[in-house]
Amino acid sequence: MSERLLSYGEAIDEAIRQEMARDPSVFMMGEDIVGAAGRPEFWENLGGAYGGNRGLIVDFGPERVIDMPVSEMAFSGAGVGAAMAGARPIVDIMFIDLIGCCYDQLINQAPKIRYMTGGGYDCPVVFKTSYGGRAIPGLPKGGGAGVHHSQTMYSVVAHFPGLKVLTPSTPYNAKGLMTAAIRDNDPVMFLTHRFLGSVRGHVPEEPYTVPIGKADIAREGEDLTMVSIGGALPLCFEAADTLAADGLEAEIVDLQTINPIDEQTVYESVEKTHRLLVVDEDTPVASIGRDVAARVAQNRFGYLDAPVTSLHSADVPVPYSAALEEHMPPTAEKIVAAVNEMLVAF
Amino acid sequence: MPLEIDRDKLLWIYRTMQLIRRFEEKYLELLNSGVPFGTGHLYIGQEAVATGVSAHLRTSDYIGSNHRGHGHCLAKGVDPIAMMAECYGRVTGTNRGRGGSMHITDARLGVLGVNPIIGQSMAHCVGAGMAINLRKGDDVAVSYLGDSAVGCGVFNESINLATIMNAPVIFVCENNQYAVTTPVEYAIAGKIIDRAAAYGIPGVKIDGMDVFAVYEAAGEAVERARGGGGPSFIEALTYRYEGHWIKDDHTKYRTMDEVDKFREQDPIPAFRSRVLAEQSLTAGDLDGIDAEIERLMDEMVEFAEASANPEADELFEHVFAEPVAGGQS
Ligand SMILES: Cc1ncc(C[n+]2csc(CCOP(=O)(O)OP(=O)(O)O)c2C)c(N)n1
Ligand SMILES: [Mg+2]
Repeated sequence: MSERLLSYGEAIDEAIRQEMARDPSVFMMGEDIVGAAGRPEFWENLGGAYGGNRGLIVDFGPERVIDMPVSEMAFSGAGVGAAMAGARPIVDIMFIDLIGCCYDQLINQAPKIRYMTGGGYDCPVVFKTSYGGRAIPGLPKGGGAGVHHSQTMYSVVAHFPGLKVLTPSTPYNAKGLMTAAIRDNDPVMFLTHRFLGSVRGHVPEEPYTVPIGKADIAREGEDLTMVSIGGALPLCFEAADTLAADGLEAEIVDLQTINPIDEQTVYESVEKTHRLLVVDEDTPVASIGRDVAARVAQNRFGYLDAPVTSLHSADVPVPYSAALEEHMPPTAEKIVAAVNEMLVAF
Repeated sequence: MPLEIDRDKLLWIYRTMQLIRRFEEKYLELLNSGVPFGTGHLYIGQEAVATGVSAHLRTSDYIGSNHRGHGHCLAKGVDPIAMMAECYGRVTGTNRGRGGSMHITDARLGVLGVNPIIGQSMAHCVGAGMAINLRKGDDVAVSYLGDSAVGCGVFNESINLATIMNAPVIFVCENNQYAVTTPVEYAIAGKIIDRAAAYGIPGVKIDGMDVFAVYEAAGEAVERARGGGGPSFIEALTYRYEGHWIKDDHTKYRTMDEVDKFREQDPIPAFRSRVLAEQSLTAGDLDGIDAEIERLMDEMVEFAEASANPEADELFEHVFAEPVAGGQS
């Protein structure tokens, strides 16, 4: 069978397009998601600041693909309100670094609607945004976006019960999770990694869902569990290849949903391998990576042959200079070094 | 009407506009050749605004800026050599390589910062105004914002707060008619300038391509603020000639006829013809400035090229004033 290859970005766009075709209550809003708002003669040229939505407005019209002013607070809240009133909005926030401008809607409003209304309201809104270092596609690898356009930050939205937070890392999972997010009756944050946009992989054409709240065994192994979060997956694969050359088989568990966390899959893997390394590109304090590590330490201590370990970005704002930024995030080399240290000590 | 601006100020105005223009052209050239990294939101076309405003500012005054901030900084006196070094991410840069183009700062000059989170620096300027009032000073803060910021929540909160605090803030809205690809007439309801009346503060709409119009409006607003008269609002109609940022192909959302229409109103040749016609300055004066700026541009690039990057162990410096025990890991 010939494999149909799409990029991570294209896979997400395909999910949105298919769900918009299937369900007329789905609509999308965000800044420059098409561009040249109010000037249809230009729409064929455009497709968002980074080209993702080319043609969407041509097919679905400006009533369902709506460019927004720079008003994150208002249009995120409008997403919540529209969801309560029966629509299924996809709210596009250009970068995760901008969520400070609409944080109340993300943390106080959307996650609490169902609970505080005693189940009276659904709130099926999807907030889609991008995270991760070296933000701007087309720029040389290694930096230049600076403190306000390079952050990972997903841990600060994963704290709130009631908000589902997804960090897909492959084209296949990205399409299936976006489809699931749009169909879900709860608010979902769908976080894309700025570096993965052009990564290609097998993606079936027909609509399908990947379950929210379920981790993915991305690679099987017996000797060590690596829990990967979002954009860390390619790093984990690279490190696992290096370790395999030394005869060590790492199992990679791609968390995919960072709230609520699929602890069962993590536990089962650790019960098999007896060692855990979590790889998390976010900064370490109050992070998802340490949350996973703590759960395993608390609940599977008896299975462990080595202390649980987590790798993170350095605990600093993201510096502009590549000469500094390159030292900040986890790398495949750092993962291998951390594993070797774990093995030497125990 | 002949100009009532003295010779030194006229020379300063020309030099400042030309410095901004040449800095930006040089940065564009360097980015296109792949030399420094980072983004470039160029100020080309808008030089008259920052220049006409800063002509009234002194070192102890403050400015708050947005992502398109190189011009605001140069007009306030930031050293172009340190600024280019910053764009290269060098340790000799204005921010020791930590900020880059979108975060240029100079604490000695009251440059609170180029700040790419739209609208947020407006509030910093209100705070600077409150600090000035607290020390009973007569400095002012200039808040530069783009047309898109008018749609932000912080716009309302900031101007409202500045007004009730009687803060010495001049809000300068550079309406260059686009926010990335989005035309202002789509994104902003009503007329921008009408907002001033809603807060009960003085507001004027001016031709931002005309440095003399900016000079006059800013002069009144700065004088009022220094004298305890509180905030003002200026809407300067202007245009960016290039894309939103370095990789943006602006032909996808606007016509080249439109771009050319504004290029024809270019503030720099317009200034030149006017001062020559009125015999306020000579061609020799202006050509001398041009030559001096060209030398500076060469020196600037050489310095940036020759400068060192920050050392890896600087990564953890400047997170806090003093290192905190048990801190980063
Ligand atoms: C709060 C926020 N939302 C979105 C963005 C992304 N963004 C960067 S510049 C820009 C448009 C800015 O337009 P305007 O304020 O008119 O300034 P101009 O670029 O025209 O100078 C947007 C939407 C941002 N930086 N901050
Ligand atoms: Mg604008």
